[in-house]
Amino acid sequence: MNWTDIVPALPEIALLTLICVVLVVDLFIEEHQRAITYWVSLASLAVIAVLLVATAPESRTVLFGGGYVSDAFSQLLKLASVILVGLSFVYARHYLTQNSLLKGEFFTLGMFGLLGMMIMMSSNGLLTMYLGLETLALSQYSLVAIDRHSKDAAESAMKYFVLGAIASGSLLYGISWTYGVTGSLQFHEIAAALQANPGMNGVALWFGIAFMLVGIGFKFGAVPFHMWLPDVYQGARTPVTLYLVAAPKLAAIALIIRILADGLGAIHEVWEGMVLVLSVLSLIVGNVVAIAQSNIKRMLGYSTIAHVGFILAAVLCGTPTGYAAGLYYTLTYVIMAAGSFAMVILLSRKGYEAENISDFKGLNARSPWFAVMMLFFMFGLAGVPPWVGFFAKLYSINAVLDAGYPALAVLMVLASVIGAFYYLRVVWYMYFDQPQDRSVLQSNFETRFALSINGLAVLALGILPGWLLQLCVDVFARHP
Amino acid sequence: MGLSHYILSLLIWVPIAGGVGLLALGDAGDAASARAGHMRLLALAASLLTFVISIFLYTGFDTSTAAMQFVERVPWIEAFNIDYHLGVDGISAPLILLTTFITPLVVIAGWDTIKSRPAQYFAAFLILEGLMIGVFSALDGVLFYVMWEAMLVPMFLIIGMWGGERRVYATLKFFLYTFFGSVLLLVAFIYLYVQAGDFGFASFVEVPLTLKEQQFIFLAFLIAFAVKVPMWPVHTWLPDAHVEAPTGGSVILAAIMLKMGGYGFVRMSLPMLPDASEYFAGLMIALSLIAIVYISLVALMQKDMKKLVAYSSIAHMGFVTLGFFLLWAILERHGDSAGAALGVTGGMVQMVSHGLVSGAMFLCIGVMYDRLHSRQIADYGGVGNSMPWFAGLMVLFAMANVGLPGTSGFVGEFMVIVASFRASFWFSFAAASILVLGAAYTLWMIKRVLYGEPGNDRVAAMEPLNQREFIVLGVLALAVLLIGIWPAPLVDMMTATVEQLVDQLGQSKLAAL
Repeated sequence: MNWTDIVPALPEIALLTLICVVLVVDLFIEEHQRAITYWVSLASLAVIAVLLVATAPESRTVLFGGGYVSDAFSQLLKLASVILVGLSFVYARHYLTQNSLLKGEFFTLGMFGLLGMMIMMSSNGLLTMYLGLETLALSQYSLVAIDRHSKDAAESAMKYFVLGAIASGSLLYGISWTYGVTGSLQFHEIAAALQANPGMNGVALWFGIAFMLVGIGFKFGAVPFHMWLPDVYQGARTPVTLYLVAAPKLAAIALIIRILADGLGAIHEVWEGMVLVLSVLSLIVGNVVAIAQSNIKRMLGYSTIAHVGFILAAVLCGTPTGYAAGLYYTLTYVIMAAGSFAMVILLSRKGYEAENISDFKGLNARSPWFAVMMLFFMFGLAGVPPWVGFFAKLYSINAVLDAGYPALAVLMVLASVIGAFYYLRVVWYMYFDQPQDRSVLQSNFETRFALSINGLAVLALGILPGWLLQLCVDVFARHP
Repeated sequence: MGLSHYILSLLIWVPIAGGVGLLALGDAGDAASARAGHMRLLALAASLLTFVISIFLYTGFDTSTAAMQFVERVPWIEAFNIDYHLGVDGISAPLILLTTFITPLVVIAGWDTIKSRPAQYFAAFLILEGLMIGVFSALDGVLFYVMWEAMLVPMFLIIGMWGGERRVYATLKFFLYTFFGSVLLLVAFIYLYVQAGDFGFASFVEVPLTLKEQQFIFLAFLIAFAVKVPMWPVHTWLPDAHVEAPTGGSVILAAIMLKMGGYGFVRMSLPMLPDASEYFAGLMIALSLIAIVYISLVALMQKDMKKLVAYSSIAHMGFVTLGFFLLWAILERHGDSAGAALGVTGGMVQMVSHGLVSGAMFLCIGVMYDRLHSRQIADYGGVGNSMPWFAGLMVLFAMANVGLPGTSGFVGEFMVIVASFRASFWFSFAAASILVLGAAYTLWMIKRVLYGEPGNDRVAAMEPLNQREFIVLGVLALAVLLIGIWPAPLVDMMTATVEQLVDQLGQSKLAAL
């Protein structure tokens, strides 16, 4: 093995090194200089982003004995998640400072999570996937508990950890069955084995897939494995929730596409039914239960579940169009979700935690600009054009109809009508009601700037949706 | 060519840019401040500029062809063959002119009646105008759908922010009803795309479909368009939305947004699904007649003026859908399609006329509401004593609403009734009942509101029309009379397109399978 061979993995290697640097830097600075950690972390992420672009291989490259792959799919997702992790750091800083939570751990754990995600996105085998998943999950558990004085945070961290451990166990169990049947842990070998003998050990393989899907369903937050999600979203401090809702969803789409499409694509008919159940239940439960929420973080949590239903519906088609639509949906969803949680952060201030939908009352009178941004996020999530959420819906419905599931397509749009109600409620509170408190919004310039860019991106991507979609389509056109 | 090549884009984007500009400058101080005055002028300038541009659309319009004119086409989303594709023909051009004509009037009507956040108010109307013109000129399914749905957002905010007591309920009902209607339209579009390979309306018209496919798509279209028109029994959002909306919102809703449903039927349901249209024509005629007769009776019972005009709108829109679906009944009875074109043209003229008349009626009610803050018929009486000019104009609009010859209301209704007579005596019998019922509810309202001695001291103290109100109502009155006396220019615009449409309807899509 030559040193130049590992160039495609350089971003991960550099990230690990830089995390260690941040850790050490953080040790040697005073409490009031904590902002240095923040800036060093952001600089590290910028370095990683540059490295990702610079080291992108021309074509699909497999490394480390077949366990690691670098291709267009992983490049796109990694770049997006680096940006999102950076964005969640930017949104978090002011809030953390206000609440005396600005600690180096937030940034190092966040970046360790990113490392886990990048490994998942580049995994070419079930074991590498599991390794990345656990790196991510352990960082997430600790992030949720980062405020050790908060009982809610401790409770949700515990819940998250216990349920997450069960889900990981289930995934690992499913992996072992799949390994037993197909004789390999690597996706292309599994695919080749299934290609050669599609009927192999039907029941045992079915069993393995079912267990893996339990794990995947949990990580995604798909019904019926969603119980943790609203509780954790509510219990965690808002910047942590923002972190959880954004980049890890990109890792989850990598998880499902690598396993189901790369590995088990040949036996699409075995898993489509299972994913269909997850999708339909998520669409219905997510949208209906979200209506009843008064806590905005819980509401957005259930809305996530509903959107996962859309993503799964696109993936279950088992066609390149479907995978591209699922990828596009996830990419656009995380932008809107990150923005919505950033708005929740924006409304919080020292000693006051914005948590309820009613905190948005009269926002138009307090800050017309940010009311418009929230309007963009809400209509975007509701799937109303011209915001980007509409095109995500359009493509996933197109994939579903193309694959021949008209009933599912109708269910998807009907679910989105139910969903429109609770997004509209936020808009109604902002525009039609009088403010309950008239205090000026407090936040720093970076937050306001990033949030404005984020909101305008939701509109701009909706007006010019073509290029990002083309990117997603191309990823799967070149996919094996 | 020059700018005239981009006339449709200009019509869409000039008002939107004006609206975004207003939002960017923002509200400051109260409505009486100099800044708010500048905002109003800017809004008026943008809407008038749009109107001036649309005059060039009228003068450049070629009435001899059924082909699309002023076509603009650039690829928008290449991965899905979605184009930014605009164009107008005899169906859409009159409706675009109606939109650009009504919007400046709405801006003037809201001049000093809107006290809170005037910049946002005018911005919402300008953005709405651009989107509505976009709906009428889009020739690509996705572009159409984007405009169609985006339109809901400003209207949602207009009703919710500047509406009456129960505005939140009304606006949520409005949004969810129409959103529900249109999502199925989206599924239908995507289904057609999967069959046809691109989203162009022309391809949707050409793609062969089985009767069963056509029936499902027709029903999806029907839900979307019937909610918008609105047709009985999915009309219940309209009275609520109208009553709670501010005057300008009611005017735009009645004058233009309701026309989108009718436009959808002629632009999509009929040419894309000729066989399903034939299959469902009986149902459509039945629903239209129910709207005409039953809703007229409902209107008779209203105590609230806005509700009365809202129900009257539903009844009048029944003529539109009736005129569109007469073809097959005529064919069956006579073996030829003579008269069918008259029905479609009548429906189209009725849309334009109703846009003017109902808009004017809502403006009249707004004028009274601004003075007395009541919409109840019982609170008025003898308004004509204190506001003679106003009473004269309102009587004229009421006559147009009834369909008196010489007003625009007569032209369309007469054409549809004549066409329906060719189809069946009973159709025209039921349709003509509006001449009686419409006269009953409109004139009865007029009698109770305008005539007699002043009902109370507050009515006696009502101030006469001011200059601004007089201009708005006067301009509308001229338009109503002009179309009533000399409808030829309007009808000429439509003729070629309607003839082609009727021709197209005779050709089954099933043969191509």
